[in-house]
Amino acid sequence: MPFVFRTTKELEAQIDSFLNAVSEGALLYRQSLASYLGGKLEKFEERLTALRRLETKADDLRRQVENHLYRHSLIPEHRGDVLGLLESMDNIINSAKKSLVILSVETPHIPEEWHPFYLELADMAVAAAEQCVLAARAFFRDVRSVGDCLHKVYFFEKEADKIAEQLKRKIFGSDLDLSQKFHLRNAVVHVDALADMAEDSADRLRIYAIKRSP
Amino acid sequence: MILFYLSSGLFLGWSLGGNDAANVFGTAVGSRMVRFRTAATICSLFVVIGAVNGGGGTTQTLGNLGAVDALAGSFMVALAAAVTVMWMTRVGLPVSTSQAIVGAILGWNLFAGRLTDWDSLRDIVLTWVVCPLLAGAIAALIFLLIRFLLSRSRIHLLTLDMYVRLGLLLVGAFGAYSLGANNIANVVGVFVPSSPFDDFRIHGQLLLTSEQLLFLLGGLAIAVGVFTYSHRVMKTVGASLMKLSPEAALIVVLAQALVLFLFASEELESFLQARNLPALPLVPISSSQAVVGAIIGIGIAKGGKGIHYRTLGEIGSGWVTTPICAGLLAFVSLFFLQNVFHLDVAQRLNYCLDQVVIEKLAQQGVTDPGLMNLEGKEYNRAQRLNAELRRETQLDRLQRARVVAAAECVDYRLDPDLIKDTLDPAWFSVEQLAAIDTLTGREFQRAWEFLEALEAETQDWRPQPGHSKAKARNLEAKREYMLRTFRVQDGQ
Repeated sequence: MPFVFRTTKELEAQIDSFLNAVSEGALLYRQSLASYLGGKLEKFEERLTALRRLETKADDLRRQVENHLYRHSLIPEHRGDVLGLLESMDNIINSAKKSLVILSVETPHIPEEWHPFYLELADMAVAAAEQCVLAARAFFRDVRSVGDCLHKVYFFEKEADKIAEQLKRKIFGSDLDLSQKFHLRNAVVHVDALADMAEDSADRLRIYAIKRSP
Repeated sequence: MILFYLSSGLFLGWSLGGNDAANVFGTAVGSRMVRFRTAATICSLFVVIGAVNGGGGTTQTLGNLGAVDALAGSFMVALAAAVTVMWMTRVGLPVSTSQAIVGAILGWNLFAGRLTDWDSLRDIVLTWVVCPLLAGAIAALIFLLIRFLLSRSRIHLLTLDMYVRLGLLLVGAFGAYSLGANNIANVVGVFVPSSPFDDFRIHGQLLLTSEQLLFLLGGLAIAVGVFTYSHRVMKTVGASLMKLSPEAALIVVLAQALVLFLFASEELESFLQARNLPALPLVPISSSQAVVGAIIGIGIAKGGKGIHYRTLGEIGSGWVTTPICAGLLAFVSLFFLQNVFHLDVAQRLNYCLDQVVIEKLAQQGVTDPGLMNLEGKEYNRAQRLNAELRRETQLDRLQRARVVAAAECVDYRLDPDLIKDTLDPAWFSVEQLAAIDTLTGREFQRAWEFLEALEAETQDWRPQPGHSKAKARNLEAKREYMLRTFRVQDGQ
């Protein structure tokens, strides 16, 4: 029995670390974007490297948790749900990394007057991801409060969509070259993708929470 | 030969192990919370402990209903019950071993011409009805309590999983113990009055009574059933029939175990009686019906959705159809066993109302002028005497049962060799042994005469109103042992 107890505690710690990594990844994403827009490219690259490390760590933790759950036949009822949840949460940090890598590789020129829109869009997307992490934590400990977090995820995701749409209208209403318009639109889509990933996770969580509720 | 006769009971035990163990560990194994080998080991161990340690109470109730007193009769009663269970299971009808064995015993009573104890039968049938209701109420209460606690504990899903796993093992062990204690009577209960075993003693120390040896054998048969047949049933129960969360499964098993325990525990009965509280009758019940009751209880606690009322109807129909099928089968097969194979399926008893009996009855307050009309007549079936009493006297059912009991003629002889070789001095008090010594060589024609003679010698042989339940039961076991030991067998 002590062995099972230790395994359980280790596993709980791993899941917590994984969610911490996702949450930190989202916050780091917001800071990296600010660095990029502020022209501090060195700082931006540093933060991108840190995000890469976080993403790798999250991947490792997710795999360890998956192995543990299956090797010790833990939570047979919810095992599939937990794995699905972790994978969808992992997509959030993957999406953040992908978005920053695109900025790093393509270095789109974003006119200064649109910087606040990009930052606001990132704020909403990060807030959605943050709330999603909170909902995931609640799923493990207090399933009844999952709903409280989920409705905030949906709220922030909708806000992000609105800002993304406004931004796209501004971009395509400007006098920029079409190629640059596409480039800027692409950057918007990638920032907004973070919020979409959070929404996907929230959708899964909603169902899992119903299954878990007594 | 003895093993052959016991085989029907052992077969019944095997089938009970194969099917009912799934009620205890089915969901745990089916949902892979507990490995089959672990579940089977715990289940077998605790079924045997429960059977040997706590099987006496329910067995006595079945014995009151009908004491099958010939091995061939016991064999056929158990076989009729087993075949009924198997056939009804195959056809897909709801069936319970407890109900089958009761039906089969009634069939034997009818065939052997013995009187059925209607009070015991009423207790048994009432318990069948109460059992799923009680299991449902207990499960609903535990469910609400656990839901309340969980909503406040903020316990991690994985920690909860670990506790549930541990709980399933502990509750499963308790469930297996209760199953053994409650249902062993179904398996070998009918063999107790004709038990072929002697008490098992080492250095004069009583380790297992002959009854407990039978229970041990029955428990082992159940264990074999658990290991050889229950895996498939557990998988079916866990994976398809009952879509329960492990937490709900834990509650269901706990409720079922509690109900089985409540209707099997002699200790609890003594505890309640000592405090002047009403005690539950010790009756073998159906663990499957307790499970269904518990699941419905949880369903109601959740808001009453998804309850299959048809299942309730099926359970109700099982209370009627199973005993009737088993009873008919037992009656017909006993007829064949006796008339085709010429085997004794019941001891031949004579009932004779002479002056001594009528005086004894008068002392007990049973008087009726019609009794005089029957004086000197002999009957070879209790039912015939009962029918005659009904015609000739104004006695009520209970009084007629007393007349039949008092009129039963059986020869007893206190053979000095038997006293020397069979009686274990360590089990009896000095006064009791002295009483037996005094009566050495005496003969009696009725059980009550023999017992009265013992009582006349010392108070130690006399049941006292102040005796605790355990003490009373111990004295009763000794008195029955005396009757069994010194009974003169046919041809002796």
